[in-house]
Amino acid sequence: MGIILDNVNYVYSVGTAYEKQALKNINIKIEDGEFIGLIGHTGSGKSTLIQHLNGLIKATSGTIYYNGNDIYEKDFDMKAHRSKVGLVFQYPEHQLFETTVIKDVKFGPTNQGLPTLEIDLRSFEALKQVGIDDEILDASPFELSGGQKRRVAIAGVLAMQPEVLILDEPTAGLDPKGRDEILDLLAKLHKERNITIILVSHSMEDVAKYVDRLVVMNHGEILLDDQPKKVFAYYKELEQIGLAAPQVTYVLNALKERGCDVNTEATTVKEAADEIMRYAKLKWI
Amino acid sequence: MEIEYGFAVLGGNFLERRNDMSIIKAKELAFEYIRRDEQGNVESINRAIDGVDISVEPGDFVAILGHNGSGKSTLAKHMNAILMPTEGTVWVDGMDIKEEKNLWDIRQTSGMVFQNPDNQIIGNIVEEDVGFGPENLGIPTDEIWERVEESLKAVGMYEYREHSPNKLSGGQKQRVAIAGIMAMKPKCIVLDEPTAMLDPNGRKEVIKTVRKLNEKENITVLLITHYMEEVIHADKVIVMDKGKIVMQGTPKQIFSQVETLKKYRLDVPQVTLLAYELRKQGLAISEGILTIDELVNDLMSLKR
Amino acid sequence: MIRDITIGQYYPADSVIHRLDPRVKLTATLVYIISLFTFKSMTGYLIAGLFLFTVIKVSKVPFSYIVKGLKAIVILMLITVVFNLFLTPGEPLVTFWIFSISMEGIRTAVFLAIRLIFLIIGASLMTFTTTPNHLTDGLERIMNPLKKIHFPVHEIAMMMSIALRFIPILLEETDKIMKAQMARGADFENGGLIKKAKNLIPLLVPLFISAFRRANDLAMAMEARCYRGGEGRTKMKPLSYKKRDWIGFGTMVVYLAILFVVTRYLPF
Repeated sequence: MGIILDNVNYVYSVGTAYEKQALKNINIKIEDGEFIGLIGHTGSGKSTLIQHLNGLIKATSGTIYYNGNDIYEKDFDMKAHRSKVGLVFQYPEHQLFETTVIKDVKFGPTNQGLPTLEIDLRSFEALKQVGIDDEILDASPFELSGGQKRRVAIAGVLAMQPEVLILDEPTAGLDPKGRDEILDLLAKLHKERNITIILVSHSMEDVAKYVDRLVVMNHGEILLDDQPKKVFAYYKELEQIGLAAPQVTYVLNALKERGCDVNTEATTVKEAADEIMRYAKLKWI
Repeated sequence: MEIEYGFAVLGGNFLERRNDMSIIKAKELAFEYIRRDEQGNVESINRAIDGVDISVEPGDFVAILGHNGSGKSTLAKHMNAILMPTEGTVWVDGMDIKEEKNLWDIRQTSGMVFQNPDNQIIGNIVEEDVGFGPENLGIPTDEIWERVEESLKAVGMYEYREHSPNKLSGGQKQRVAIAGIMAMKPKCIVLDEPTAMLDPNGRKEVIKTVRKLNEKENITVLLITHYMEEVIHADKVIVMDKGKIVMQGTPKQIFSQVETLKKYRLDVPQVTLLAYELRKQGLAISEGILTIDELVNDLMSLKR
Repeated sequence: MIRDITIGQYYPADSVIHRLDPRVKLTATLVYIISLFTFKSMTGYLIAGLFLFTVIKVSKVPFSYIVKGLKAIVILMLITVVFNLFLTPGEPLVTFWIFSISMEGIRTAVFLAIRLIFLIIGASLMTFTTTPNHLTDGLERIMNPLKKIHFPVHEIAMMMSIALRFIPILLEETDKIMKAQMARGADFENGGLIKKAKNLIPLLVPLFISAFRRANDLAMAMEARCYRGGEGRTKMKPLSYKKRDWIGFGTMVVYLAILFVVTRYLPF
């Protein structure tokens, strides 16, 4: 059924000098099983938007439906809702607090009030999914490397078995390999468990390879919402709002401007290489 | 005899001078993190830097690349005498960091910018933060004001001088931090992953500022990062892995070795990768393409 | 939620009061507060009130802003006033059950209320017109003689100023961690006292770890910028008395003189 946002508005610090409209008339429908990239520069409203989805921030006006239920309805079970819509914050390793890795992962499922056996099962499964070895389950989370900490933190949300997983900049501060590992992990989760994933990012290049749909935000509004290749066609407009399309988009567009009849829709290096080779074999070689 | 003696002195002087030419020089540098258990017994030794030799000439823009945990930050902290070597040593503008009397001169000569913009701003107002370094150096009040104005203008933050740092963006905060270092009139700036916590706009702002300081004010720059796009303008790139220097050269030389970089948990800019793929598939494109224009020009020249 | 707490509510405006040396303002505030307790007559309060009113006008801080600050202490004030109203001995005016209100009671209660209001306004006027930095600087200079007895004056001032810088950062961080743990099903609102305290662990542990990390980073950054204590430091904004500051001191002397004369010869 998915999530529907109907004309959602959010205003910060109403009635003070700092009053600011963070979200303006947001209308969006997120279907089950989608893999969405949410892009925008700092202050574009993307972090505010995702916190609406699991009820951490309440809209100033407008309605949000989850599987057909109004989440602002009086008898709506918000606590249960938060376990269905899992939210991984930026630098999630900063929330680790338990003495061991496994205890920390169990925090979420325990709060859900599940039976002990179920808590254990879910926690072990989640840690396995993020690729944490059994040997470090009893280690202190504070002794792990940066990449490992982040995975443990993600496992902490996964163990609640959410139907929708939202991640705010999950690759911030990681090195290129660490970044690819996390993104591959998400792609695998999406494929195997068919959960909806919403990936918040600054970087088009990072998400283009993975997502089916890109939502671009600017000044609290949704500017573009389409397949990545369609969104990148607006690379000049994206630049104006401080975002950039992947470098391959620029290469293909530059070739086209200089008279080569290439298809500019490629979003990854592989697609671009294939397209240029196709053209090269036709015209140059 | 006399002549020989004089000659030897001259030669010695000459050699020493040559040594001093480098603004930063490390020789057989090693650093070990030692972990102890509760009884104080050594539990493990982690050799974070292992036999590093570096020499940076005045006016250079040197980038140090490496994945998280490769030892690059540990190396940076030696340039400012925050860490002391386990073996070997580092000279900053000819001063041995192991000699305690040099400490404050070293810190003034090679300023350091850190990763987290919030945790290095001390003042409650931008201009007061920039003045913090000169205050510590005992500079007279009038000159502090001159230096603060000059530094804030150099990083393009002068109009924010009376703002609270809390209201600035990440990129602006880092520029204030850089101004704070500039106000100490250093010869060299070491930036330890200054962009890791910033968004793409902030990253560009900071790199642009650093490049400007390097070109206009002739400040030596040592930039530590794992973002490949930031190093394509460097004079020299050093790649670190497991505490050792594993690659060294111009950006072009380094980025032409895509497979080797991947081995060290790094990658190359997307356009470099595309050029590499096309080359592999048989197109006659030059090695180590760094920019979109370079690739497009090369491709267009293939035209029959 | 938690970010709505405001600390150090400096009110930016361009007035001569804002520009006064913080030492003048600190001394003046102290003198004013002491003066409030040295007399017990209506005329005295009139002078003190007039003086305060003039200073507020000159400071350009809006009246509504000052009144807002008073709201926080309304309860405290009511309690004190009610106590004094009923418990001051004297000829009863009104009596019911065991309580009685006397003329003296009313008089004391009213005086106390005025005194409290003047005191709070006077003290907050100083914080409204002085930036935290200036305040710290002023305190450091005033406490300077204490250095002779090895009192760490510079260190305390530096700590105050760093604390002021990090309060908003840590508040924001608290907000963020709280939300992150709520997303994992944490509950910070319900349950008894013990349960509530226990529920705070997932918030407090990360917060302390983060604060320590920040402290460590900051210490390193300060050292890298050649900080080595107060010895040999110069000041970017040194405090020096200007003509207006001497006028400020003079005004306080005149105020005290008028107060003394008026309360002496017109003791109503």
